[in-house]
Order: sequence, then C-alpha cells, then structure tokens
Amino acid sequence: MSALQNEKYLVEGPSGLNFDLCYSKRLFGYCSRQPILNESIRNVYFHVPLWFGMITLLLTSAIFSIKYLRSGKLGDDLVAVEFANTAILFGLLGCATGSLWANFTWGEPWPNDPKLNSVAVGMLMYLAYLILRGSFDDEQRRARISAVYNIFAFAVFVPLIFIVPRLTDSLHPGNGGNPAFGKYDMDNNMRVVFYPAVIGFTLLGVWITELSIRLRRVKAALDD
Amino acid sequence: MAESVRQLSALMRKEFLLEWRQRYALNGMLLYIVGAVFVCYLSFNARRGQLTPIVWNTLFWIILLFTAINAIAKSFVQERAGRQLYYYTLASPEQIILSKILYNTVLMLALSFLGFSVYAFVLGNPVQDVPLYILTLLLGAIGFAASLTLVSGIASKAENPATLMAVLSFPIILPLLLMVLKISKNALDGLDRSVSWNEIGIVLAIDAIVITLSWLLFPFLWRS
Repeated sequence: MSALQNEKYLVEGPSGLNFDLCYSKRLFGYCSRQPILNESIRNVYFHVPLWFGMITLLLTSAIFSIKYLRSGKLGDDLVAVEFANTAILFGLLGCATGSLWANFTWGEPWPNDPKLNSVAVGMLMYLAYLILRGSFDDEQRRARISAVYNIFAFAVFVPLIFIVPRLTDSLHPGNGGNPAFGKYDMDNNMRVVFYPAVIGFTLLGVWITELSIRLRRVKAALDD
Repeated sequence: MAESVRQLSALMRKEFLLEWRQRYALNGMLLYIVGAVFVCYLSFNARRGQLTPIVWNTLFWIILLFTAINAIAKSFVQERAGRQLYYYTLASPEQIILSKILYNTVLMLALSFLGFSVYAFVLGNPVQDVPLYILTLLLGAIGFAASLTLVSGIASKAENPATLMAVLSFPIILPLLLMVLKISKNALDGLDRSVSWNEIGIVLAIDAIVITLSWLLFPFLWRS
C-alpha cells in the first residue's frame, strides 16, 4: 500500500465506501413509513448494525484469546483486549441508540425488557474483564488468566443474549414469539441500506481496533 | 479409564479429608447460611405473613448465591502454592478441576438443603411441588459449583481475590440464576411439570457448557 493510500485508509477506514453509500443518500431520503414505528425505523440502520458489530468483535476477541493460549504470543493478547474495548464502546452506543428509540416507540428509555437486561449484564461481564486485567502486574500472567476469563465470558454471553430473551416475553422483534423485523417491516429499499450498514459498522469497529492496536504497539516500542 | 477414575476418587477423598480436618471452615459456612436466613427472617419481622411467594423464592436464591460465592471462593486459596504444585506433579489438571467441581457440588448440595430446611422452618413453606423444588436445588448446586470453581481459580491468582470473585462471578452466574429462579417459581406455584422442561434443559445445557470449558481452560490456568 502506497503512503498516500495508507493515509486515506487511516482517515476514512475500510468502511468509508459503505458509509457514503448508506448514509449520505439514504438516511434523509426515502424511508418506508411503518405503523407505530413511523420513520423511527431509520434507527434500524444504526442500532441493529451496532449490536451485530459488537457480537462480531467479541467473537474475534475470544478467537484471539484462544490463539494466545495456543501460541503464547503477547501480540495476540493485545489484539484480544482491543477488540473487547471496541466491542464495549459499540455496546454503549447500541444502548444509547436503543434507549432513544425505546423512548419514542415503547414510551420509556429503559423498559424492563429481558434483552436490555441481558445486554447490561453482558457489559458488566466485559467490564469485569477489564478490571481483572488491571489487577495483575506480570504481563504473561495477566495475558494468560484474562484470556481464560475472556473465553469463559464469551461462552456465557452467547446463551445470555440469544437464548434467555427468546424464552420470555420481550418487546424486541424476533423474541418471545414476536415476528422479526425482516418479515413485515423491512422492504427491499431498506435492505439495500441495512445490509451494507451491518458490514460497514463491523468494519468500522475493526478499523478503530486496528488504530488502537497500532497506538499500543508504538507506545510499547517507545517505552523500550 | 479405570486409572483416571481411581485418581479422581483419590483427589475427591483428599478434598473431603482436608475439609474434615479444617472443620472450622465448614462450620463457618454452615453458620453463614443459617445466620443469613435468620437475618432475613428478622428483617421481614415488621409485618408477619407479608412475604409473597415471589419474594420468598427470590430471597432464598439470593442467600444461596452469596453462600455459594463465599463457599467456593476458598477452593483454591485454602492450600499453599507449594502444595498445589505438588498435586500438579501427581495428577493431570483436568482431574484436579473435575474433583474440585464435584467436591463443590457436594458442598453446595449440603449447604442448600440445610438452607432450605432452615428457611422453610422459620419463614414458612409455600412450595406446592416439593420434589421439583428439590430438583431445582440439585440443578442449582451443580450449576453454581461448575461455573464458580473456574472463576475462583481465576480470582485466586490475582491480588484481591475476594472482590474479584464477586465482580467476576455475578454476571457469569446470572443466566443460570434466572433459569433456576424460573423453575423454582413454577415449583412454588405447583404448575404442571411439563411447563418447566424447557428451562431444565437449558440449565443442563449451561452446566454442560461450563463444565466443558472448565475442563478445557483449567490446564492453561494452573501453569501460572
């Protein structure tokens, strides 16, 4: 990659193309009007991709933890923690967009919904991961023990977020016997925006992670 | 196979002997749960008979949760590092974690049955389907022991094991706790047992996931 391209890549990220496609044209343009949701369904371009992105990032983080345990390279542990950091950021943003949306459609910013509560617990789990990392001085030890916890936490996070909300009554589409969004509310015009948005947000997460990993590497190199 | 079963039973025997020789710890746990139950009984004394079944059930499981965290937190700090190193030269790490999980299950069973009988004795017993409730206690004991044993192993490596144990285990235990609360509420209301099969299946599945992960991850943990 040439220097110029590299700079453009740093500024726009790999998802720049997707963002142009998704948001500049579509966000303020056509949108199908839905009963109850009205045009707030636009939030589906932000809220849902943020969660999809978060789950992908957490999965990647768990994979890098497994890689660390197999190889013992500190670099893999660094990648794992930065992916977890970005995922937590996406989680907080997902909560924020979600509570905006809930305020308009369900009447309150934090309704007592199993999916919301599960996600809050999931966030606690990953904040605990960061606290666990903070309580070790030795690098190898910290890396190994927090990798073990990260894998364990992801394995509990999956049933927490995919199984528990589906068993009880939930306000969310696709849960507790509710039909999923795709069935009735999304038309093909929206899908054109929605699917690239999912890819775009995931790539945006990867890009943010990449930047922070580079920053850490530079800092580590400067310290030596 | 026969060899590993023999080793496992020797390790289990060691755990029981150790507990029996340090009876103050065991007696402490028993007194802890009885004391907690009695504190709750006296705290709700202001208006007798006002405890609704939901509150009754939730309170009981919260007491059990705290007892479990306290009881299992000591499973790795009880013995000195040197002696643990000695065990690791004798047996495989998988057998050590399995024996700890099995031992903690037995301990949790004893604690939860004692807790249940004292709780029902002082606060009254509104349970309509006692066999199902006892099955729930059994499932809860297995689940608590399985998921908390690895967490206590993780926490024991860090600087402040007591706080870390609580912080790490609350979110991890939550899916299990919610499911167990649901089954025990069904038992409390005397609902038809077919209603609970789904949740029982999920608790068993979570137990299986957690035990498998402990088995896989513990070898990485003990090396540090």
